[in-house]
Amino acid sequence: MSDYLQMLEDPEVLRELIMDHYKYPHHHSLTEDMKYRKVHMSSASCIDDITVQSDIEDGVIKDIRFDGTACTISTASTSIMSDLLRGKTVSEAKAIIDQYMNMVDGKDYDPALLEEAVAMKNVWRQANRIKCATIGWNAMKQMIEESENGHE
Amino acid sequence: MIDVQAIRRDFPMFAAHPELVYFDNGATTLKPQCVIDAVTGFYTGHTSNVHRGDYAIAAMNDRLYDGARDSFARLLNCLPEEIAFTHNATASLNQIAWGLSHDFLKRGDVILTTEAEHASNLLPWFRLSHDYGIEIRYIPVDEQANIRLDAFKEAMRPEVKAVAVAMVTNVLGSVQPIKEMAEIAHANGALMIADGAQAVPHMKVDVRDLDLDFLAFSAHKMCGPDGVGILYGKKDLMEQMSPIFLGGDMNARFQKSLTYELKHTPLKFESGTPNIEGVIGAAKACDYIMNIGLDEIHEYERKLRAVFLEKMSKLDNIVIYNPDNEYGPIDFNAKDVFSQDAAGYLASRNIAVRSGNHCAKILHEVIGTDSTIRASLYFYNTEEEVEMCVRACADISLENAIGIFF
Repeated sequence: MSDYLQMLEDPEVLRELIMDHYKYPHHHSLTEDMKYRKVHMSSASCIDDITVQSDIEDGVIKDIRFDGTACTISTASTSIMSDLLRGKTVSEAKAIIDQYMNMVDGKDYDPALLEEAVAMKNVWRQANRIKCATIGWNAMKQMIEESENGHE
Repeated sequence: MIDVQAIRRDFPMFAAHPELVYFDNGATTLKPQCVIDAVTGFYTGHTSNVHRGDYAIAAMNDRLYDGARDSFARLLNCLPEEIAFTHNATASLNQIAWGLSHDFLKRGDVILTTEAEHASNLLPWFRLSHDYGIEIRYIPVDEQANIRLDAFKEAMRPEVKAVAVAMVTNVLGSVQPIKEMAEIAHANGALMIADGAQAVPHMKVDVRDLDLDFLAFSAHKMCGPDGVGILYGKKDLMEQMSPIFLGGDMNARFQKSLTYELKHTPLKFESGTPNIEGVIGAAKACDYIMNIGLDEIHEYERKLRAVFLEKMSKLDNIVIYNPDNEYGPIDFNAKDVFSQDAAGYLASRNIAVRSGNHCAKILHEVIGTDSTIRASLYFYNTEEEVEMCVRACADISLENAIGIFF
């Protein structure tokens, strides 16, 4: 694990990660399955227009999917998020999301929790791109909150 | 003949950012020192409200504020009382749209516009459609958003009561045949409304010659301060049109019996304390560009754009969406790179451009892409800057666009 974390400090590795997730995004298709929650994120900015779906059952995130038109940072950050939060409990996911939001705001964070998501660690230096790096994450956060307030 | 180096010395932003290539003039323009001084001078030397003080400083501001109409009347070749100050071009267009619905139009009347318009010249009309049953129809445009007169004549049916189009479209820089359109509209009894936001700062716009009924534009896109819109309307139409806002300064008298009388035009369109320092600065900006000469500005930009276009056309990785438009911004994408990623890369090379859909959200149906990069010039830009931009564009790639984060 520590080798893995060390590898994730290499800028070349992180750049490749973003490139791969942008070109070949994971879980990049929507489902008609009615048990999925869905958030359409189109008002966060003029450009990005993505939809994120999730299947949250008994406090566990069983599946995350997304689709839409977006920049590299929006697409890659959402793809990475879909990998990272799949299979996590709602409380684990919330802890990870908190750390991620700290990171993209340029605050202290725990890289061990974020794994590949550390690829977004420098986005805060381009303030206008923070919304790109958080669009999918905010969609997921919203669905988790809805699941807690709704039929939990 | 424009002495661009002398002009650049008037703009403190160039001294503050010697490395910056500012090609986002379609969004807003830089300000010359004389405009900045006019705005700050109001705060440091002659602060007061207007139209209500009996002391010398207030009288001075009345002269400066109302005198600003003279500058814009010279710019547009109209009467000073045909100029009302609003808060931006959007506010001017909203006033026109609402005013038309209130005083000129009835259910079933048709307004013609195009799919290439900025949101400000669409959403106010959309609302008229929802609220008052006024129908919106789109004049067909070609793939570079130009209106063809035969298509316009075809669309000009008896039920059309107003035409609202941008003189120069904000994304592709298509220059519409406004004068001919106004003639056709008037022959049909329809009003001609022009969105001049991307035109008035860059070319001579003579509202008499064009025979425009209404014109909207903003000061900040012509070297003036933010927060000042200009609403031009023919005097008789301005007299017939009701103001969207009611309140202080614009009323002549009112009684507890709910009766009220408004001041004459244009004052009835300027309720509440206006952006006094902004209007004073806007007049300075107006004088400044008139002093350079609108025809000179137009010619300089046309030549600079031609150089820019020629160099950009040679780049294999760049797709240009408006190569045949002679004027206005260059609208492009780098192949296989999302517009915002490409703009981010250009920013890392100190080149300021805009990416996205530029508030023209239905234009993609015309040009076939969701989002583009817009590089928009003004008379203070140079061939050296064009060179720098083209060199940076040649280097746009997915790898480089992601590389800015590491």
